[in-house]
Amino acid sequence: MHLSPDQIVFWQYGVFKLNATIAFTWALMLVLAGGSRLITRKLSIGLERSRWQNLLEILVTGIEKQIKEVGLSQPQKYLGFLGTLFLFVATASLCTVIPGYEPPTASLSTTAALALCVFVAVPFFGIEEQGVRNYLKSYTKPTFIMLPFNIISELSRTLALAVRLFGNMMSGAMIIGILLTITPFIFPIVMTVLGLLTGMVQAYIFSILAAVYIAAATRVRKPKPEPMQTVPA
Amino acid sequence: MLIDWFTVGAQALNFLILVWLMRRFLYKPILHAIDEREKRIAAELSNADAKKAEAEKEHDEFQNKNAEFDQQRAALMSKATDEAQAERQRLLDEARKAADALSAKRQETLRNDAHNLNQAISRRAQKEVFAIARKALTDLATTSLEERLGEVFTRRLREMDGKAKEGLGAALKTAADPAVVRSTFDVPAEQRAAIQNALNETFSAEIRVRFETAPDLISGIELTTNGQKVAWSIADYLASLEKGVDELLKEKDKPEAKAEPKPESKPVVRAEAKPKQELEEPKPGAKSQ
Repeated sequence: MHLSPDQIVFWQYGVFKLNATIAFTWALMLVLAGGSRLITRKLSIGLERSRWQNLLEILVTGIEKQIKEVGLSQPQKYLGFLGTLFLFVATASLCTVIPGYEPPTASLSTTAALALCVFVAVPFFGIEEQGVRNYLKSYTKPTFIMLPFNIISELSRTLALAVRLFGNMMSGAMIIGILLTITPFIFPIVMTVLGLLTGMVQAYIFSILAAVYIAAATRVRKPKPEPMQTVPA
Repeated sequence: MLIDWFTVGAQALNFLILVWLMRRFLYKPILHAIDEREKRIAAELSNADAKKAEAEKEHDEFQNKNAEFDQQRAALMSKATDEAQAERQRLLDEARKAADALSAKRQETLRNDAHNLNQAISRRAQKEVFAIARKALTDLATTSLEERLGEVFTRRLREMDGKAKEGLGAALKTAADPAVVRSTFDVPAEQRAAIQNALNETFSAEIRVRFETAPDLISGIELTTNGQKVAWSIADYLASLEKGVDELLKEKDKPEAKAEPKPESKPVVRAEAKPKQELEEPKPGAKSQ
């Protein structure tokens, strides 16, 4: 019994190694990119389109809508990053129905890598939107005293992102493994269904949180009353 | 150790590569397709709007043209109806005129026929009347009547007024040939002597006289000398009467030709009546010239 797919190492040369996490990530990348390529190769711009194109259009427009609802006025700019986050995490958890599959998101290394990406992307988009000065100034809001707390919150939320996803994915796999030894019939299937659900929820949470962080970083001061307007509704 | 830092770096790189791949193969094409479709739908909608507007315009135009056509047709119809009415009226008038002309012509012909017939009847009646009168008088003319005639003739001679008497006297005296006394029958010797005496006394001279018979005189007697003539006979009366009747008929013809045709009985009555009237007042047959 191992806690992380990192521990399954297929090949190693010094620091470089090929473990199950990387291998399954590549597999997922292949599936996602290859599938997209296959479907989008013959896109129709007419009124009639294929079912697969319809599915992808629903997915993309759905993600776009979610990003917009979070408060990012130009969703297409962030669609590449946030959409890929959601699709990767969701696919990784959906594929748990395949026997012998180890979700890469059940490895803390993967979730940490994703959290680091968010950690880098937030200031990247923030600076791009409002400039270095304004972005750095936002750490001293509302007062200068808040600077250390803001920095701590930045770091801690990244850690929380990584650990939350890792914990949920790992626990799902672990629970199924333990239940298989206790009640091998029926119950593991129910837990697998539950695992699929929690996986989807985690994918949604991860990408929405990332969107919220980016939105917070890119928001210029003036539109502060905006959330006030949406909340009472 | 749960975190393998090499794996973390590799996964971060993997994730970035995945982001690039997904952008390249998923988001861009899909968004592009959606945009294109929306553009196309918008274009089709605007095209449909334009076509609809055009169709409405054409519809309006068609309706206008239709209304115009209807108006023109109605105008043409009314014009044609009016023309047909006028033509009908004209033809009717022409036919009526032709009928009137024909009827007038026929009436004229009838009137002419009636008139001709009237005239023929009048002439015939006149001729018959005179022939009968001539015949009756001829039949009545006997010797005793001739004697009476001779007496009347002598009395006339004696009663001759101044001018005629002078003219005749001069003619008798200057004449180379003896004066001729013509009568229907032979004048008896006594009468001849009486006439001779009357002449001699009247003109106070010896008048030579020759006696002749002329049956066409119809009981009458006449004296002719050197172009002058003294006569008394019923033929003269009849001739004078005939002349008067003729003149009367001619006068009657003229107004009748203009006047409306009259019932056939009337002219006949008139033709009969008038000569009778004329007959009642015969003019004196004696002429002296």
